[in-house]
This record gives sequence, structure tokens and C-alpha cells, in this order.
Amino acid sequence: MTEFSGWEMPVQFVGITHEHHAVRTGAGMFDISHMGKFRLSGPAVLESLQRLVPSDLSRLQPGQAQYTVLLNPTGGIIDDLIFYYQGVDSAGVQQWVAIVNAATTQKDKAWMVEHLAADITLQDCSTDAALIAVQGPQAVAKLQTLVQEDLTEVPVFGHLQGQVLGQPAFLARTGYTGEDGFEVMLAPEVAIAVWRSLLELGVVPCGLGCRDTLRLDAAMALYGQDIDETTTPLEAGLGWLVHLADKGDFIGRSRLDEQKATGVERRLVGLQMQGRNIARHGYPVLAEGQVIGEVTSGTLSPTLGVAIALAYVPVAYSKVGQTVDVEIRGKTYPATIVKKPFYRRQK
Amino acid sequence: MELEYPDDLKYLESHEYARLDGEIATIGISAFAVDQLGDIVFLELPDLSDAVEKGEKFGTIESVKAVEDLNSPVTGTVIEVNTPLIDAPEQIVDDPYGDGWLIKVRVDDASDLDDTLNASEYQAQVEGE
Repeated sequence: MTEFSGWEMPVQFVGITHEHHAVRTGAGMFDISHMGKFRLSGPAVLESLQRLVPSDLSRLQPGQAQYTVLLNPTGGIIDDLIFYYQGVDSAGVQQWVAIVNAATTQKDKAWMVEHLAADITLQDCSTDAALIAVQGPQAVAKLQTLVQEDLTEVPVFGHLQGQVLGQPAFLARTGYTGEDGFEVMLAPEVAIAVWRSLLELGVVPCGLGCRDTLRLDAAMALYGQDIDETTTPLEAGLGWLVHLADKGDFIGRSRLDEQKATGVERRLVGLQMQGRNIARHGYPVLAEGQVIGEVTSGTLSPTLGVAIALAYVPVAYSKVGQTVDVEIRGKTYPATIVKKPFYRRQK
Repeated sequence: MELEYPDDLKYLESHEYARLDGEIATIGISAFAVDQLGDIVFLELPDLSDAVEKGEKFGTIESVKAVEDLNSPVTGTVIEVNTPLIDAPEQIVDDPYGDGWLIKVRVDDASDLDDTLNASEYQAQVEGE
């Protein structure tokens, strides 16, 4: 067990590699109840949220969701999160769900409360609701046996309010592993019963250790490590969620406009080590003997059997195929810039 | 699973062991260390004829989740390196006291091991952790 943002969390149940492969080849489950969970309601939630993120949330239909970032005035990332749009009730009140990182829950809440219109209610369900992620090629089929609604009908990033074991639950086809699956928000006592039922179905309990190796395979950013308040989404390779042309003003926009016009100076790239040495968080990246950047995440990929990493490097060194060096315990080892993600599931 | 600590070994608090046979010490890491590290994915060992020094780092071991220094229990010269293990470090878990040994060292002074822990002392230490 380890301490993580004030929560006691399992690093592993059986072993990181075993759990990693279970998610890649079968089905695994994670207790991610530590994540921050907000319910937002009000007559014009969309209009307020549009000011906080670089993504165009007006594209969302009820039942759809958007992975995006909260930006500070200089375009730095306050947090990465998912907004789920549930729709408008008969009284004209919009209902949204936001799921955010555990370590940033209080910061996000304060930021949103400060910037959302006064008639919007933010209900913090972080400690009232449990969250279980069921992930892997067999995840949907396993979870389906406990759920009334047809889960195969839910598209990727789709979600619904349904029932698990006959109890109300919010089910979203999202995850942090690079595999198909659902994240399920439900009452804690129901979550325990669901966990036990999934265990009986052969779903493998997974800890934080393989959550990190799985997300890194998929080149998904870890907040506080790969992205933070000093990195912009354009630098972090998250340009796909920046919709400058379709949006009005939002906090941080001027910085992104400027970076779009002049180009970013550095980029978060994927690295593959040429040998067995593993690049890890904080290790220097060099070219021609000069430090040019830093590794933000790194591990030996259990899927690929090679050492992979994410690192910020100047744009001049960010092209796929470029060779750089990583300094590991005083010696340098060659690495190649490769395409992200390192792993992409077969559909 | 019950972890074992063979009586014929001397242990460091940092979890390395030494088995002394004449003037040759076989050095590895304990079953406890292997268990704590989890899946071992990388091993860096000295070259043949390198000098190692008691209490000093002689290599590195990495698991998926952590990087740890390997510290030598003795001062001496490396006379053998378990090179097959470098290509398959995950195999240490199968037999840390046998095929999972790391290096063999010709010891300058066997009294280096006088202040190390015996099996029961080491076991008491790790079970207190």
C-alpha cells in the first residue's frame, strides 16, 4: 500500500506485470474512488465552462463527454479532467459531471467555484461516491452481466445513468489504460458488492503500479508529472483538444493563440531507449553533450518489452526518428524519438 | 508465501547477502528485497576485475516501480559476474540465493563480514519493517 494524495492505495495486488497483462488481454479493475467527482447544475453551465477550457464543449450532446484541461491565465494546465454532459431537465437545468485528479480536487473546486456563474451549483461527491474502472478487451462483457442497459450501445466517451446490481450508477465508457472499458460511479456499499461480483467473474484486481505502466503505454499524461501549471496543452501534445477556431475567449487563450502563431518552443515526445536502461522521471535528456530537456515519465513497458518514456525536448529535436541521449546515473544512453502512443489497441 | 533466510549467509541492512567460501564471497539480494521490489526488469553489474568496496554501490537493480542501489558487503575484486541474469533479470525471483546470485568477489579481508547481520538478526529486522 502507498499514500497517494491523502488516500491509502494499493500499488499492486499480485504483481504489476501480471496486472498489466490482465488489462491488455482480459479484464482488470481499479478502485479509483480517490478521484475528485463533481456534479454541476444550473441554467447555463456550458456557457461558464466554455470560459475555463480550450475545448469547444458546445459540441457535446447529452450522453457525450470531453477530455480537456482547466487553464490558468498563462495557458498552464491547472488539471486535466473529463466533463460529462448529461442533458437538460424539464426545468431547463443543465446537468454535468466532472471527474478530476485526486491531488487537485480542492484546487479545481476552488477554481471552478470562483469562475462559474453564481447560479451554478457545484456538488462535491468526491468522498460520497465510489469509482471503479473496469478495463480490458473483456471488460464490457464482464460488466454487462451486472448491468441492465446494453453497454455495447454506449460509444467511446459515451455515458449513461443506469443500474448496476439493481442500484443506480453512472457508467462512462472512458479509462486511463488504452483499453476498452467503463468507469462506474456508484454508492460505496454498492461498489463493494460490484467489486466482489466482478472478482467472481474473473476480473483481476489492479493497483496503481500497473495503472501507471498502462497509461504510459498509451502515452496518456499524468498530471503533476507530464503536465502541470507550467506546461500548455500545445506543448504537451494535447493540441487535439484545443479548438481555437470554434470558440470565443477563455482563460489562457492569448497564450495559446500566440503559441499557435509562432509555434511552441518545446514538445512532449515519446522516447524509446535503444538498450535495456530505463529512463525515469527527472532524468536529463541531452543532444551533442548538452542538456536539452527532461524525462517526465518512464518505465519498462510490459506490453512492448522495451523502455519507454515521455520527455520535453526543444522542437528542433522533436521529430520522430531523432536520436537523443538520456543521462542515467551519470552515464548517457541513446534513445529514439518515436510516435505516440507507444501502444494502440486493435479495434 | 513464507520468505527464507538461509543460515549460512551474512546480510546487510540494505538487503544484500554474502556467502563466504574461503576467500570468495558470492553476493546477491535477499528474498525479502526481491519480494519488495516486485517485477525486476533491469540489472546493472560491475565488470570482471572491477574493485568493489564494503558499503559502497557496486550496481543497480530496477523493478517496474523502483530503482535501488546494490551495496557491497565486502571489499575486494570481482572475479565472476552472473551475466545471463543481466539479460533476464526477472529470473532473480526464482532463486535469489542460488541461480539468482549477482557477483563473486575475491575478498581482501574476511573480517569485513563481522559487523553484518546473521540470518535471525536480518529476519528480525525485515519482519519489523
